[in-house]
Amino acid sequence: MITVNTKKKMAALLSTITFLNLSLFALAGEMKNVDNTDKQNKIEIKDFAFNPQTLTVKSGEKVTWINRDEEPHTIVSVEKQFKKSTALDTDQAFTITAGAPGTYNYFCSVHPKMTGTIVVEK
Amino acid sequence: MSDYISHDHEHDGIDRRGFLQCMAWAGTGLLWTISGGVLVSKTLAQVAKAAEPLAATDLSFLQISDSHIGFSKDANKDVTETFKIALDRINAMPTPPSFLIHTGDISQLSKPEEFDTFDEVLKSCRTKDVFYVPGEHDVLNDGGKLYRDRYLKSVEGKGSGWYSFNKNGVHFIGMVNVLNLQAGGLGQLGDEQLEWLETDVKDLGTSTPIVVFAHIPLWAVYPQWGWGTSDSERALGYLKRFGSVTVLNGHIHQVLQKVEGNVTFHTAMSTAFPQPAPGTAPNPGPLKVPAEKLRSMLGLTSVKYLQGKSSLAVVDSNLS
Repeated sequence: MITVNTKKKMAALLSTITFLNLSLFALAGEMKNVDNTDKQNKIEIKDFAFNPQTLTVKSGEKVTWINRDEEPHTIVSVEKQFKKSTALDTDQAFTITAGAPGTYNYFCSVHPKMTGTIVVEK
Repeated sequence: MSDYISHDHEHDGIDRRGFLQCMAWAGTGLLWTISGGVLVSKTLAQVAKAAEPLAATDLSFLQISDSHIGFSKDANKDVTETFKIALDRINAMPTPPSFLIHTGDISQLSKPEEFDTFDEVLKSCRTKDVFYVPGEHDVLNDGGKLYRDRYLKSVEGKGSGWYSFNKNGVHFIGMVNVLNLQAGGLGQLGDEQLEWLETDVKDLGTSTPIVVFAHIPLWAVYPQWGWGTSDSERALGYLKRFGSVTVLNGHIHQVLQKVEGNVTFHTAMSTAFPQPAPGTAPNPGPLKVPAEKLRSMLGLTSVKYLQGKSSLAVVDSNLS
């Protein structure tokens, strides 16, 4: 019985080590991504609102909107600073790459009460 | 001044003034007759008993709205079927309506195949003339081009698709308030359309009954949810001198009514899914109700005009 218990403990210890190692690798991967340009800046569309309503990103980073409502929504730049999205159905996403530093106001052209802002930093 | 509830003592969503203004909250299936701004209601059952065939010169037409063909989520997984049921109701009417008015959101996502399905199903309707105005769901990606190509064939559409026509002495005006919307704003008619409206009604006598139809309500139903049109006051200003103005809208998937002077505002039920009463949910998205209750919250609106009378009668009926 003692042998079995020890084996179990060993197995648990091994799996903990394996788990921690994997976590460390994953974390390193994440950190590497932050240095690169493909960090995921996500804006969730839910309850007829953009969350977060204001998002600050660095120039060259990608920004992705994902629609979690049952109603279609669009992303349209108020000053026509970027190409507008087509209508996003439930769970559809739209991605842009942040350009020159500045403030980019946008809204949903279907429900214009819905507005948001992207702040692009250097 | 808000046109909406200002005193809700009972926390039931209705104050005294709101109740008088929006009596349609009491339920659907009421006949509304409007005479000199006085509103009289009868239940549909009473109307059925008193029903008489329309005289040959009188006019009846029917409003359908918000079909949302292509929608398939929990609130109604088969909107094509409920649209068919609505058409069956029209086909079963003892006096068929002269024509239909569709107040927008034919489709869910402006897809050609959604419009195709709608057109195919509509063929079963024995009333063939249909007048359309677009909903925001019909003009999602192309500024309404496909919608106009398909649904404005029988009228002389101006600008982004507005027009007027006359039937039995009644002047009908189809308006577009779902295009070129501004960030943070509401529905919008725009200067060009408003200027056209002013000219369109300029030479009409004040006794001409006017029917205006557009998708988004032309009154401030609930601006917090975008349920209103920013420049509708200007449009109504051009119509103020007329003795009878009936405004028919869709968009909010429920019956609400308001009378202001000689103007009666009325919103229709959807044939697809209901939406929450103003402010009663976190957002105005589709309202999920038990399956057995769904049809009681979908419906259509019948409008009758009796020649020589200044009023139009508006009757809502559900699909249950």
